[in-house]
Amino acid sequence: MSLLHVVGFGLKVGHLLLMLCCWIVSVISMNWFINGGIMDTKSGMFCDSGKMWLKWWEKISGNSCMIHHHYYQYIGSKRVPKTWWKKLLMTWVVGWLIVSFSIFWYMSFQATEKRKETLQSMCDERARMLQDQFNVSMNHIQAMSILISTFHHGKKPSAIDQRTFARYTERTAFERPLTSGVAYAVRVLHSERAQFEEQQGWTIKRMDTLEQNPVHKDDYAPEALEPSPIKEEYAPVIFAQDIISHVVSIDLLSGKEDRENIVRARASGKGVLTAPFRLLKSNRLGVILTYAVYKRDLPSNATPPERIQATDGYIGGVFDVESLVEKLLQQLASKQTILVNVYDTTNCSHPISMYGSNVSADGLQHVSTLNFGDPFRKHEMHCRFKQKPPWPWLAITTSFGILVIAYLVGYIFHATVNRIAKVEDDYNKMMELKKKAEAADVAKSQFLATVSHEIRTPMNGVLGMLHMLMDTDLDVTQQDYVRTAQASGKALVSLINEVLDQAKIESGRLELDAVQFDLRAILDDVLSLFSGKSQEKGVELAVYISDRVPEMLIGDPGRFRQIITNLMGNSIKFTEKGHIFVTVHLVEEVIGSTEVETSSENTLSGFPVADRCHSWIGFKAFGQEGSTFPLSPPSDSISLIVSVEDTGVGIPPEAQSRVFTPFMQVGPSISRTHGGTGIGLSISKCLVGLMNGEIGFVSTPKTGSTFTFTAVFTNGSNPNEYKNHKIKNQSNSASTEFQGMTALVVDPRPIRAKVSRYHIQRLGISVEVVSDLNQGWSNISSGNEAIDIVLVEQEVWDRDSHLSSLFINNLKKIDRRTPPKLFLLANFISTSRTSATTSGDNTPSIIMKPLRSSMLAASLQRAMGVGSKGNARNRELPSLRNLLLGRKILIIDDNNVNLKVAAGALKKYGAEVECADSGRKAVSLLKPPHRFDACFMDIQMPEMDGFEATKLIREMEKHGETSVEAYDNVSNWHVPILAMTADVIQATHEECLKCGMDGYVSKPFEAEQLYREVSRFFQSVPNGNP
Amino acid sequence: MDVVVQLQRQLTDHTASLFHEGFLNEQFNQLQQLQDESNPDFVVEVVSLFFEDSERLLNELAKALEQQAVDYKKVDAHVHQLKGSSSSIGAQRVQAVCIPFRNFCEEQNIEGCLKCLQQVKHEYSLVKNKLETLFKLEQQLIAAGGSFPTL
Repeated sequence: MSLLHVVGFGLKVGHLLLMLCCWIVSVISMNWFINGGIMDTKSGMFCDSGKMWLKWWEKISGNSCMIHHHYYQYIGSKRVPKTWWKKLLMTWVVGWLIVSFSIFWYMSFQATEKRKETLQSMCDERARMLQDQFNVSMNHIQAMSILISTFHHGKKPSAIDQRTFARYTERTAFERPLTSGVAYAVRVLHSERAQFEEQQGWTIKRMDTLEQNPVHKDDYAPEALEPSPIKEEYAPVIFAQDIISHVVSIDLLSGKEDRENIVRARASGKGVLTAPFRLLKSNRLGVILTYAVYKRDLPSNATPPERIQATDGYIGGVFDVESLVEKLLQQLASKQTILVNVYDTTNCSHPISMYGSNVSADGLQHVSTLNFGDPFRKHEMHCRFKQKPPWPWLAITTSFGILVIAYLVGYIFHATVNRIAKVEDDYNKMMELKKKAEAADVAKSQFLATVSHEIRTPMNGVLGMLHMLMDTDLDVTQQDYVRTAQASGKALVSLINEVLDQAKIESGRLELDAVQFDLRAILDDVLSLFSGKSQEKGVELAVYISDRVPEMLIGDPGRFRQIITNLMGNSIKFTEKGHIFVTVHLVEEVIGSTEVETSSENTLSGFPVADRCHSWIGFKAFGQEGSTFPLSPPSDSISLIVSVEDTGVGIPPEAQSRVFTPFMQVGPSISRTHGGTGIGLSISKCLVGLMNGEIGFVSTPKTGSTFTFTAVFTNGSNPNEYKNHKIKNQSNSASTEFQGMTALVVDPRPIRAKVSRYHIQRLGISVEVVSDLNQGWSNISSGNEAIDIVLVEQEVWDRDSHLSSLFINNLKKIDRRTPPKLFLLANFISTSRTSATTSGDNTPSIIMKPLRSSMLAASLQRAMGVGSKGNARNRELPSLRNLLLGRKILIIDDNNVNLKVAAGALKKYGAEVECADSGRKAVSLLKPPHRFDACFMDIQMPEMDGFEATKLIREMEKHGETSVEAYDNVSNWHVPILAMTADVIQATHEECLKCGMDGYVSKPFEAEQLYREVSRFFQSVPNGNP
Repeated sequence: MDVVVQLQRQLTDHTASLFHEGFLNEQFNQLQQLQDESNPDFVVEVVSLFFEDSERLLNELAKALEQQAVDYKKVDAHVHQLKGSSSSIGAQRVQAVCIPFRNFCEEQNIEGCLKCLQQVKHEYSLVKNKLETLFKLEQQLIAAGGSFPTL
């Protein structure tokens, strides 16, 4: 039974635990994110909980509320000391210990109460039954007293004698199951004694001895008793039941107990009990009930003397209490569970036990009073449980379960708090680390920027000095040294620039310019940069730009050039033979054409190359199968695709994945053999990204690599206003000289021929291509078109010297007009020289590759004597004087010394100089109309700095347009303003442009830079008045 | 003529030492190149302008830095001026001190600023002495009827 209880309770506790956990988790998680709402949840979830649990739940939720509250505090104030939590936890533990103990106490108390109640009811029931049965017997005896008064005293002579009485009582004994015997004693006064004794035939005997020597029934002989002494009155027994017939003739008044009984009975008129005593024969505990028999009916309020007076006799019954109780208990169920004791408690201090073993049992006991109708005598029934109370398992398990749950909850909170604290600590630590890391990163970038800047400054000095040294008188060796030193210095500066770029890119500070530039000129520049190296190595270098690429683009030429330089630099580093070929196309062209042009033979130099189509396979612009991209580019934007193809060693497949990672090279040995930092490609990738393009490559080891990238520029060709500003001047000027000429290119390789044709066409010469000399000759001799120039690939020329000389002779024989000029397109210095010597005096002029329009033009000029003018280099300084002579220039600087120096410098070049020392003055002086041709403006000035002044001036120029027209024939005022600054970093080109400046010069003036800037405004030599 | 030769040598040595010890740089040479017949006193004019300007600036700097609440913007502007003018005449040691001076201004480091001011004053007086000596030598040379040595 109790086991079942425990199991059931265990299930209950488990369920509760589960619920509790779920609830706590939900509440915590809820409260974690949402504030408040606890009360609703709680009431919603627990309104139907049992009454007993309700209190408990309230406590818990109250507690958890408190905890949550504190948790918020914790979150709010970030750092409540840990001890606080420990205290809370201790309170929790102790509190729940107390709670569970009180529950235990309460439940066991409840159980005890219940037990007590049971005992009480059982005890009372027994007492009542005993009383009832006793009363029944008592009534019977009373009835008998009436019988005697009627038939013994009421009749003369008596209708009852001893025998009749004995028989009657014997036969009605079943009605008095509790009385062991009944006897009747008559009241005899002393005066009547003699008569009575005579009448009865025996003397009245006394009882004393009898009482003192209780004897066995068999030995008992009433004859042995002494006759009663003389007394006032006697109460001799005259009738007795057979069982106790031995008491006949004994004077009851002589016995102490009986006498007392009799006296009380006749005075009260009620049944009176003796104290329990050992019965004469059975030796069991018993009591004697005595009734008085009166002569007549007495009123209920008769006084005791009246009653005594009226007394006739006394009837008494012997009650065997023990058997009485035993019989009674046997009738009731569960007699085993309790022990019953009956006591006579008339004398409170010495209760006399009437029934029951005297086992002293501890614990619970209930006392019920018994009323046997005798007010003098008091009886009590004491009941006890036989067994000891069972262990209060329910209470124990309940309280223990609660304790366990509470501690589990406490543990969960503890763990949660610890976890939170730990996470918070970790978080703080990480934040600190993050800050440190960020600081380190910033420091790194700053360091890089600072160091490279600091190195650049002295390096500029070194380079400048070397430059100056070059101009002095040096012998050949010295010049060589100086050149080497200068080259190394430049390499160092470019390396530093790269590092600076990397730092800038990493910190996201790199921004691209948007200026107009000539792509072809830039590629020519790059080509000339690498021409020396390529010739040294015997690698053919070529550039081809598609005709559809516009002449002028708007973008960042410097960065574009940087990318190309990086890629070509890499290519040339790793290529020992073959070629490096740069092609520029529009993206649309490449997508449109599905030609497979790179079969292994059909390349620039005949060496196999990697298939460049694969290098752009991953590009997004191509991913859409050219459906959307080429159709919807903004009208002005130009997407270029540039490929750099080489026939070098290629990149091993395992290194291909980290090609674009900074400072990663194929292997550590690479940097030793080839040098370089490995930073170039990563910078290129970033730059390409900034140009909204993508970069990719394909590489086959031992065959070569092809790097391809795309970049988006703006078309800069259409607006006419920029025409004056064209940077490419040489080729432009040359192009007019060759206009209308026709050239014949003899080259068996179509791609190479295409490149040659492209370059020659740039000079305005129309080109025909043939694959060999014979064909070329037939072409010339046919005479459909006058051929002015014949360009022969050296390879063709050297193949057959006989054919070559024949070709020369044939050319000479042409009579119609001047024979076409013959040129050889040569790759390598060494081979060209040897061939030159063998060919004797008929040596054709040699044009060195790589082809560039400027160089080509110069070669053609030299050979043909067209428009040969002085060296461009030597023109520079006089031209600066030419540019500035007579110009009126305003110089603004707040620093008098600077002003003076600048003025001195410009005066030296023949300019008319005016000075002013503030931005405000500049504004007023430059208010149109004015006569200044240009303004040099310091940037950092108090009151109004250069940028601000320029902005104001530009504003004025815009608004003052109408009034100005009358004054002069100038359609719109735009005085060139150049920033003067000592700090090149501060005055970025962009910033200058933004506020309307046209450029900047460094302070103090540097002739070359000054020329470059000034030449943009004063394009030609001024003739007379400006 | 002995005097002239001696003066010429002195002048050459002095100029060389000025460049060697880093008081002056290339810019001073350029300044000298700007001087020609049409503008015979150009260098002296510019340099004395520099002296005037610098003394004014140094005074103002000292005044500005003495104040309770230092106006670093003002100080920075003065130093910028000083840097500009010194770089214009090629007084590179003065110019060099101006760079940390401006950094201290940015950090609002009064101690650094005061230290730099002392340094600038020191450098300035040095270069002033040197240049004055140079001009004196030149004057003596001209007075003695000699011509400038070719630089």
